[in-house]
Amino acid sequence: MKTVLANARLIDPEAGREIFGAVIVQDGRISDVVDGNWSGDGQVLDCGGKCLAPGIVDVGVKVSEPGERHKESFASAGRAAAAGGVTTIVTRPDTTPAIDTPEVLEFVSRRAAEDSVVRVVPMAALTKGRAGREMTEIGFLRDAGAAAFTDCDRVIADTKVASRALRYSGALGALVIGHVQDPGLSAGAVATSGKFASLRGLPGVSAMAERMALDRDIALIEMTEGRYHADQITTARALPALERAKRNGLDITAGASIHHLTLNELDVGAYRTFFKVKPPLRSEEDRLAVIEAVASGLIDIICSMHTPQDEESKRLPFEEAASGAVALETLLPAAMRLVHGGYLDLPVLWRALSLNPARRLGLEGGRLAKGAPADLVLFDPDAPFVLDRFTLRSKSKNTPFDGQRMEGRVLSTWVAGRRVFPEEARDA
Amino acid sequence: MGFRARHLLGIEHLAPDEIVAILDLAEDYVRLNRSGTKHSDALAGLTQVNMFFEASTRTQASFELAGKRLGADVMSMAMQASSVKKGETLIDTALTLNAMHPDILVVRHPQSGAVDLLAEKVNCAVLNAGDGRHEHPTQALLDALTIRRARGRLHRLSIAICGDIAHSRVARSNIMLLGKMEHRVRLIGPPTLMPSGIAEFGVEVFDDMREGLAGVDVVMMLRLQKERMDGGFIPSEREFYHRYGLDAEKLSHAKDDAIVMHPGPMNRGVEIDGTIADDINRSVIQEQVEMGVAVRMAAMDLLMRMRRAGPREVAI
Repeated sequence: MKTVLANARLIDPEAGREIFGAVIVQDGRISDVVDGNWSGDGQVLDCGGKCLAPGIVDVGVKVSEPGERHKESFASAGRAAAAGGVTTIVTRPDTTPAIDTPEVLEFVSRRAAEDSVVRVVPMAALTKGRAGREMTEIGFLRDAGAAAFTDCDRVIADTKVASRALRYSGALGALVIGHVQDPGLSAGAVATSGKFASLRGLPGVSAMAERMALDRDIALIEMTEGRYHADQITTARALPALERAKRNGLDITAGASIHHLTLNELDVGAYRTFFKVKPPLRSEEDRLAVIEAVASGLIDIICSMHTPQDEESKRLPFEEAASGAVALETLLPAAMRLVHGGYLDLPVLWRALSLNPARRLGLEGGRLAKGAPADLVLFDPDAPFVLDRFTLRSKSKNTPFDGQRMEGRVLSTWVAGRRVFPEEARDA
Repeated sequence: MGFRARHLLGIEHLAPDEIVAILDLAEDYVRLNRSGTKHSDALAGLTQVNMFFEASTRTQASFELAGKRLGADVMSMAMQASSVKKGETLIDTALTLNAMHPDILVVRHPQSGAVDLLAEKVNCAVLNAGDGRHEHPTQALLDALTIRRARGRLHRLSIAICGDIAHSRVARSNIMLLGKMEHRVRLIGPPTLMPSGIAEFGVEVFDDMREGLAGVDVVMMLRLQKERMDGGFIPSEREFYHRYGLDAEKLSHAKDDAIVMHPGPMNRGVEIDGTIADDINRSVIQEQVEMGVAVRMAAMDLLMRMRRAGPREVAI
């Protein structure tokens, strides 16, 4: 069957341009992309001049299976992703227990296939139990479908362990994702050190802790020839090191979370725990520097760092409260703030949201081109709304954007040509 | 003059005229406390609950006495020993107490921001008796009253705060209050005990005590918070005493009539020499304790006055 998504602003991150035209979908793939008004045959869906882009590939999503299904399941995460225009979620292994054996990974893959309406690509832990001592069965896990290896927010403090894990995985061509925070300096910190943290009496960590960890990891990659992605770069001071490493030809990429791109440390205000994320929110200067790095391509990937937490773990004094925020559904509208603010245009934004993450993880999607999977999102970049967190599809409602005005709404999402959002249209 | 806030959570939220209003009323209570009766009916029929999630002797006693002298029904709870141990969350504890209709909750908690969190969940007035490293507003107010009485005014003095600034809520509240009253504030201490971003606070920072004390009117010492340190801020207590402990020689750099303050409890021989602390010509440490009761009486009285004049009562 041939479906034509016609009369759309097509966002092509690969060509870095935006054209008016139509996308033709056949057998779950894009069979053609054509300019101008559609006058041919087929089942035509009029996009009404709205934006049609490749579905978002979100690296580092926490689905709380196994262990804490009350916070998020594959079913709820899948629905949230579809509603947010995310067609592939690359899941984190920091579950309970950690995804560190092929058996647990197979369980996760099976649960995902049964319940999720979007594609799920699992990652696995780099060390057993994410304890930073012995590496996991990287080869077996890779055969079982692990797209990358990461201990998430735990940093391997022992450089000997880290170097062996990088060397071993590098030889297999496996990607390692590192969290760049010096573990000593950042221990116990819940804010970025500076005036705000001092006024609130919160233990802070210097922004320098990020550069320190990045510098260390860069040296390790140089030594081991590993393949490496820094999960979140959030400070201006880390950027020159990243730039140098890339210039020297190391196999390194970097990401930034949507929260660090759209919020700063002052948003915490009077100890609002929904704004507690890891690493902590930074200064406005850092936020702007990181946006600029995304625009220039120095930072490759924008991710949601979707981290579901229940009310109980957030309704605590700030230091005791859990870190993280849900973001699958708010990623696109929040990212549109960067477009409306004039920092990025849509093709550049989509390079970071879909093209680069797909490429880096060796996935097929993320492109708007002939032959690519028909993972697509249709959205209205200007539609305004006020976010009510209780309307989110995630089981957990811990979003910092509650009550905020946002612009940019997903109209439809397709995975392999099948419409997964809005829900009621699923069988159409 | 009105007192605008519903709670007393921090100096941050107070305007200078509110600070002066509290201090003026506190003067009345100083006189009352020195009189034979020591009693007023300002809080008669009201219930005051003291919730201390962190050990405290003087602050708790001070609040308890303040409430009793104003005629309130006062209950003090040592929260470390109660339901907290059974795993109840802070908010549940607060809601439980709230259901018993207290009028004033006095709260101390080891976590910064915990008192703000609690204040959102209850419908009585909340007084912050110290939260983590954040604020300790009644301490700053009693310090201000002590300074005003000793120096005759509360503006444009040169005031040094010395020692462990980083871990001190007393220092934060004082920096804010003294800044609002247009004092010249100097912070003295080793750089490891200075909070980050201190340059943006509108204060002068010294790591040499003699330099920092030169010509000041008031010397505020802070307690070295051994329990809040996870190690390695200073090489040793004796080196700290040598460089930052207040002794007669270092004090000689301040003005001749400079007063010496300490929020207590003191570590004699660590941040302050015993003879200085006991020198009745210089030390106002005992006076601070006395002012503490008066200031807390004034703060609770003002909060309750606003409440009593509130719309609910008018409607009845």
